[in-house]
Amino acid sequence: MRLTLRVWRQAGPSAPGRLVTYELPDVSEHMSFLEMLDVLNERLTEKGEEPIAFDHDCREGICGTCGFMISGIAHGKMPATTVCQLHMRHFRDGEELVLEPWRSKAFPVLRDLVVDRGAFDRIIQAGGYVAVNTGTAQDANAIPVAKADADVAMDAASCIGCGACVAQCPNGAAQLFTAAKVSQLALLPQGQPERWQRVERMVAQLEREAFGSCTNYGECEAVCPKGVSLDFIAMMNRDWLRNVFRVRRESRATGGAG
Amino acid sequence: MAVSGIVLFGFVVGHMFGNLKLYQGPEAINVYAEHLRTMGEPILPRNALLWVVRAVLLAAVGVHLWSAWTTTRQSWAARGGRYEVWTPVQADYAARTMRWGGVLIALFVAFHIADLTFGTGHPQFAPADVYSNVVRGFQRVPVAAFYMAANVALGFHLYHGLWSLFQSLGWNNPTFNHWRRTFATAFACIVAAGNVSFPISVLMGWVK
Ligand code: SF4
Ligand code: FES
Repeated sequence: MRLTLRVWRQAGPSAPGRLVTYELPDVSEHMSFLEMLDVLNERLTEKGEEPIAFDHDCREGICGTCGFMISGIAHGKMPATTVCQLHMRHFRDGEELVLEPWRSKAFPVLRDLVVDRGAFDRIIQAGGYVAVNTGTAQDANAIPVAKADADVAMDAASCIGCGACVAQCPNGAAQLFTAAKVSQLALLPQGQPERWQRVERMVAQLEREAFGSCTNYGECEAVCPKGVSLDFIAMMNRDWLRNVFRVRRESRATGGAG
Repeated sequence: MAVSGIVLFGFVVGHMFGNLKLYQGPEAINVYAEHLRTMGEPILPRNALLWVVRAVLLAAVGVHLWSAWTTTRQSWAARGGRYEVWTPVQADYAARTMRWGGVLIALFVAFHIADLTFGTGHPQFAPADVYSNVVRGFQRVPVAAFYMAANVALGFHLYHGLWSLFQSLGWNNPTFNHWRRTFATAFACIVAAGNVSFPISVLMGWVK
């Protein structure tokens, strides 16, 4: 099938960018979106032009490295799909697609479709450590976890840190990502010792980064390739508030000396 | 945002139900309006409790506007470059009109207070006769239309706001989650429908 791509080309972080049009007369419907870009890049290289830079790694939808906007939707219009797992059969012959990088002040564009998602790493780092016993591996079921809790924790843990939630959000907010990372540990017994300091520090870091402020549009949940639910944002907010009241109570108990 | 929103929500619900007395005739609503002024008497002087309530509401409005303004600025700064194309997937009309709808509601409230509390620009304003002020006021078609439009906007604003506050305050539980949308829809509709019914009733001549 024939496709027209308008791709954001930007030579470097501070270089000006613009949309450049490419015609692809012979796209196979069996290709993934990234394979289609590979073909285009080979042709560009043969012609002596710079290939389009885009991030990718696993190409099986589990690493969170890939991702860009396809005609205004993060990872494209197929729900719960990363661009590496998005197949060309979902597109129409003759369609024109606009490819743009995640646009967020917190994710500066490095080149073409590649952005720097270091802000996410700093939020994770702010969460700190999880206290675990070292030494020989303990028995598999030494710590009982209810099936229902394990399932919900797994849903949160399925976040691959791709950044689509921020890119799609009209506010450029990173609540969904942060909530997933906070909740996956807050829901498990192993996560309890540092539960309160974790939510406090991760939310503080979230606010230090250049993200926007969540107003519950729900766009993040709709484009998240892992279907991470908005419910986790409520859970994170609850833990954050509970921590505020907990700290108040404790500082009263110790006469404010902390 | 959420906490000041709850205060304001409580007010609009009370305001709407209070105004339903319009349908019980001039006496009912005028007595009710007078009662608002004498609330707390004789322990408190006339109008005292009313002013306490007004102060709380004014503070809530201030907090609401201030948090809306700061978070909006933060979000506008956070995009960092414009999308050539951006396609909404799930965000509904109510969510997308929170900010401009809010501005419209704020302008409306200012107009409403000038119109029916101070009587500015009102054709026949009589401070103690709420009933006739409302009826004469809504007989001006453009004013009635503005009231209706603003209250429809209020309905959308309440719908998204009521649902959002559960998220913001972390009131999330599988046992009642499915009720949150229903609750938001129900209250948004009740308040909007009640408020819109007043100008309609006057225009149709059901209340005169
Ligand atoms: S929450 Fe979803 S969209 Fe956001 S980073 Fe994680 S996987 Fe990507
Ligand atoms: S390349 Fe790993 S998720 Fe797409």
